Amino acid sequence: MIPAIEIKHVSKHFGTVRALTDVNLEIYKGEFFALLGPNGAGKTTLISIIAGLSIASKGSISVMGHDVITQYRDARRMLGVVPQELVFDPFFTVREALVIQSGYYGVKNNDRWIDEIINNLDLADKANTNMRALSGGMKRRVLVAQALVHKPPVIILDEPTAGVDVALRQTLWRFIKQLNQDGHTIILTTHYLEEAEALCNRVAMLKQGRIVALDSIKNLIGRILNHSLRLRLSSSQLPAALTKQLISKIGDYHVLKIDDYFQVESVLAVLRKANIQVLEMQLLQPDLEDVFVNMMNNHETESK
Amino acid sequence: MTGFLTLLHKELARFGKVSLQTVLAPIIATLLYLLIFFQVLEKHIEVYPDISYILFLIPGLVMMSILQNAFANASSSLIQSKISGNIVFILVSPLSYREIFFAYVLASVIRGFLVGLGVYLVALLFFSVPVSLPLWALLFAIIGSALLGALGVIAGIWAEKIDQLAAFQNFIILPLTLLSGVFYPLHSLPLIWRQLSHFNPFFYMIDGFRYGFFGVSDVSPYISLIIVSSCFLVVSSLAIQLLRNGYKLRH
Ligand SMILES: Nc1ncnc2c1ncn2[C@@H]1O[C@H](COP(=O)(O)OP(=O)(O)OP(=O)(O)O)[C@@H](O)[C@H]1O
Ligand SMILES: [Mg+2]
Repeated sequence: MIPAIEIKHVSKHFGTVRALTDVNLEIYKGEFFALLGPNGAGKTTLISIIAGLSIASKGSISVMGHDVITQYRDARRMLGVVPQELVFDPFFTVREALVIQSGYYGVKNNDRWIDEIINNLDLADKANTNMRALSGGMKRRVLVAQALVHKPPVIILDEPTAGVDVALRQTLWRFIKQLNQDGHTIILTTHYLEEAEALCNRVAMLKQGRIVALDSIKNLIGRILNHSLRLRLSSSQLPAALTKQLISKIGDYHVLKIDDYFQVESVLAVLRKANIQVLEMQLLQPDLEDVFVNMMNNHETESK
Repeated sequence: MTGFLTLLHKELARFGKVSLQTVLAPIIATLLYLLIFFQVLEKHIEVYPDISYILFLIPGLVMMSILQNAFANASSSLIQSKISGNIVFILVSPLSYREIFFAYVLASVIRGFLVGLGVYLVALLFFSVPVSLPLWALLFAIIGSALLGALGVIAGIWAEKIDQLAAFQNFIILPLTLLSGVFYPLHSLPLIWRQLSHFNPFFYMIDGFRYGFFGVSDVSPYISLIIVSSCFLVVSSLAIQLLRNGYKLRH
């Protein structure tokens, strides 16, 4: 089966800045995929190359089987991109902007779908407002709407929830999930890792322009074996035997690293022996954030 | 075709919504030129026999306003879109490079025509300015404004800031228009300037356009037509090439 997006050996440099180095990635049809990475990792650059806003220095990309350079028209028809920057055309109202964007894709008489998008993104009472007069979050909604006018099979959202209130996040994700269930492939970037964890099935982590992790969220988290144990103890002094397991001490709470569940038992045994009582105990599961921190730190030491 | 028509419509709406600045203001500015040059130069310049200076001046000014506004339309629309970033809406769309180019050029031609027509109609209120060969005049107006629209596309792509665009306009477009024989007939110039003017494509546009009014010109309208059309072909292939390579648009 043709992947929704196929990225082969893509590198990109801006002068001496290496933004992407030999990125290889396949995103399959119907996936809900997250592209994660710290600021400057190259997420937007990669998205721009997919969308034709940038041109790769090396390598090739295709969208639904269409090369983004040689078959740019077909590739672009398959793609809807929500850019990271809040851009808008101050000459038009929300509805006008959506009608114009439809026209660029050759879609005429799109009112029904435009109405549906407007309603789903809670834009109905702003539909005839000039773009200039919208708040930042409202402009973001219009950007999402503009990316969807032609019902693209592949939708890329570059930090769609940056600077957006809780209500929109919820409406936005409900709508995007619906689109995903209807068969659209979704790719998003976000710095809210819990968002990615809740929505996506697979993630790629980028660091300094390279992919450092690519797997399902379940596998990535599963790979992190070190769970941790949060304890409130009757003594503020931890027995010496446990200090090497200490990750952090916040107020009365000690957070200890444990490699597996059996270690809980041994920790408790040491405490009992030292005559320290456990006042509160919590087992902390690793989450995507741990994976993220882990990946970013590990690779830092590797490259040094 | 829908994509092209939509972009054309968007471009027309863009200047239509601010027609005070984009159509009315240039008409008034041109009429001021007419007033001033008419007062100052009327008695000093000897044009063609049987043609008064004002009759000579009006078609020149009409064409000048057509050309300048055609250039201004494409170039300012592009640079505004680039600076505000909303050019991405066009860049991510499946519009072909030719569609983008021709939509910008056609919108420029239409704006040039509206301004030129406005100037002509107001002039008609005061003077009788017959057009003896309207097809010739129309032909030069179309090709000339298309050429300036194409130049505007190039300038808009190239410029990164408004002042770079202003430099393009002030150091290239404006001198070439002013030295093209809008305000004087070529044969009234010293030989060296006359020869230099033959390297100025704007001269042929003005001369050819004026031929449509009087049936008299400094050079044969066929020669002018060939030169102006060739310039259009060269400039538009360059513009389409820039769009295709993503020069300064796709990083
Ligand atoms: N047009 C450009 N010219 C020069 N350098 C650029 C350009 N665009 C991006 N870069 C550089 O490329 C690198 C990757 O930037 P990019 O915007 O892709 O990061 P990102 O992962 O999207 O970051 P963020 O999370 O902050 O949005 C950065 O070092 C950035 O400075
Ligand atoms: Mg980014």
